[in-house]
Amino acid sequence: MDTQSIDPLMKLVQTLLDGFAVGGMYALIALGYTMVYGILKFINFAHSDVFTLGAWVSWGLAARALRLEGAADAGGTPVWAVPVVLLGAMLLCGTVGFLIERLAYKPLRAAPRLNVLITAIGVSLLLQNVGQLRVVFGPYPKSMPALLPDVTLLYVAGVRVPVVDVLVIGLPLVLMLGLEWLIFRTRVGLAMRAVSYNTQTAALMGVNVNRVISFTFVLGSALAAAAGFLYALKYVGLKQPADTTWVMLGLKAFVAAVVGGIGNVRGAMLGGFAIGLLEFLGVAYLEPLYRDVYVFAVLILVLLLRPAGILGRAAVEKV
Amino acid sequence: MALLEIRDLHVHYGAVHALQGISLEVAAGQIVTLIGANGAGKSTTLRAISGLVRPTRGTLVFDGRPLAGCPPHEIVRRGVAHAPEGRGIFANFTVAENLEIGAFARADRVGAARDRERALELFPRLRERLRQNAGTLSGGEQQMLAIARALVARPRLLLLDEPSLGLAPQVVQTIFGIIRDINAAGTTILLVEQNAHLALQTASYAYVLEVGRPALHGPAAELAASPQVRQAYLGLA
Ligand SMILES: Nc1ncnc2c1ncn2[C@@H]1O[C@H](COP(=O)(O)OP(=O)(O)OP(=O)(O)O)[C@@H](O)[C@H]1O
Ligand SMILES: [Mg+2]
Repeated sequence: MDTQSIDPLMKLVQTLLDGFAVGGMYALIALGYTMVYGILKFINFAHSDVFTLGAWVSWGLAARALRLEGAADAGGTPVWAVPVVLLGAMLLCGTVGFLIERLAYKPLRAAPRLNVLITAIGVSLLLQNVGQLRVVFGPYPKSMPALLPDVTLLYVAGVRVPVVDVLVIGLPLVLMLGLEWLIFRTRVGLAMRAVSYNTQTAALMGVNVNRVISFTFVLGSALAAAAGFLYALKYVGLKQPADTTWVMLGLKAFVAAVVGGIGNVRGAMLGGFAIGLLEFLGVAYLEPLYRDVYVFAVLILVLLLRPAGILGRAAVEKV
Repeated sequence: MALLEIRDLHVHYGAVHALQGISLEVAAGQIVTLIGANGAGKSTTLRAISGLVRPTRGTLVFDGRPLAGCPPHEIVRRGVAHAPEGRGIFANFTVAENLEIGAFARADRVGAARDRERALELFPRLRERLRQNAGTLSGGEQQMLAIARALVARPRLLLLDEPSLGLAPQVVQTIFGIIRDINAAGTTILLVEQNAHLALQTASYAYVLEVGRPALHGPAAELAASPQVRQAYLGLA
């Protein structure tokens, strides 16, 4: 990109838009890390692979949806494709998340943390390698079909905002508002917060802890799937399922969860946007090559200055 | 038949044989107390009743049906509420939310609202602090909240683990007065206490535990008068 010729305001707006877009995805993924940590106190390292799965399932469903309509030839896109592909990916990843917990983690509920961590890495490798099988997604990169028309919805300070970007920035906000409502205003949310605070006391109150844990995995996985769907829609090119690009995206979302305060839902949202914005501001105004460095530098700084994260427990709770 | 019957209860924590054959009965309508030195196994007994630890041997029968294999969230639904040692309130919840989670197991909204109202009548200080974070309550208020939270589950058997722990004598008097009121209103209570003197005053029947084994039991007034108990647990010669 020829940055010299761009108007400074346009450059800033474009950078903020890009940062928000990727920040929303980080936030959606970070929520899964943080909710599982909040309840089980372990890092589900297979979570980033559920995000990858979400992107690839979106590709699979989109390709099928277009074939059904014969739209690929006609050049048109059915209107129902976006919600159907999104919900399909969320449902499928939610189910996979449920199965991962049931089959891999639940038997280790009483085992040392290290065993669970190693299992998570095993699940991660399993998902990556099964994804590469020819009968699944195959070992080659693919392109996401265009589900949305390339229409410009609005201009912000002269910067074109296509309909895809509106969805990519808007959907995470909608999902996060929904999650906020679920966690702080409903019975299920009350049970989740109780289990996260103290599993045994929650059980004494009549909360079915196993069910809450399952629900948390389904919810986190569905949100990661939404992030995968948005990623596929915005960046189109999907690297093969075991590619390190995916690992790096998942890792940055994990950094977002830690920076926001692991275990804290609002922290994960804040951390996601903070990391996304920082990454793109660094790329635009400092040095594009150090893209990953900014993210991990922030992690180191936060761990040094505020180890519990921006909204971490130690800071907001006096127990 | 007693509301709760425990026969030959054994509990292990790994290699630690914490309960080595406890038997006790709690008759409906009574306050029964369980006293004993630190580490005797009082809390473990309550934890076994509410399903938090699995017995390795023995039987627990509540209201004529065995509790074996029943998970804690089902045991609450059967009518046992447990106010755990150290209060176990949710410090990051408001007082109102703590009461809400206390009634989590209940399906009858109307009855739950009525019992919440009753609990707040027993503990007016909680009503003034409904919107406050429970973590900011004083120790006495937290204990009141722990009991109120157990009450809104509408238990038939209330398990109280050291409700006097760390509280000033006046607050302890208030809380024990309320415990008697709760019992008078029809709730059976199994009370675990460090303060043996107070426990024997409050309860009608008492069990004394000694490192995982039952040592003595009898009507509370008789135990309070027995030289053995006076010397070992009441610090009287
Ligand atoms: N989670 C645990 N793991 C291992 N041992 C335990 C555990 N909980 C309790 N114990 C042991 O079991 C025994 C009984 O403990 P328990 O807490 O029931 O005693 P208690 O009578 O309630 O004592 P206190 O008056 O100090 O509360 C003790 O020896 C204790 O060390
Ligand atoms: Mg105890």
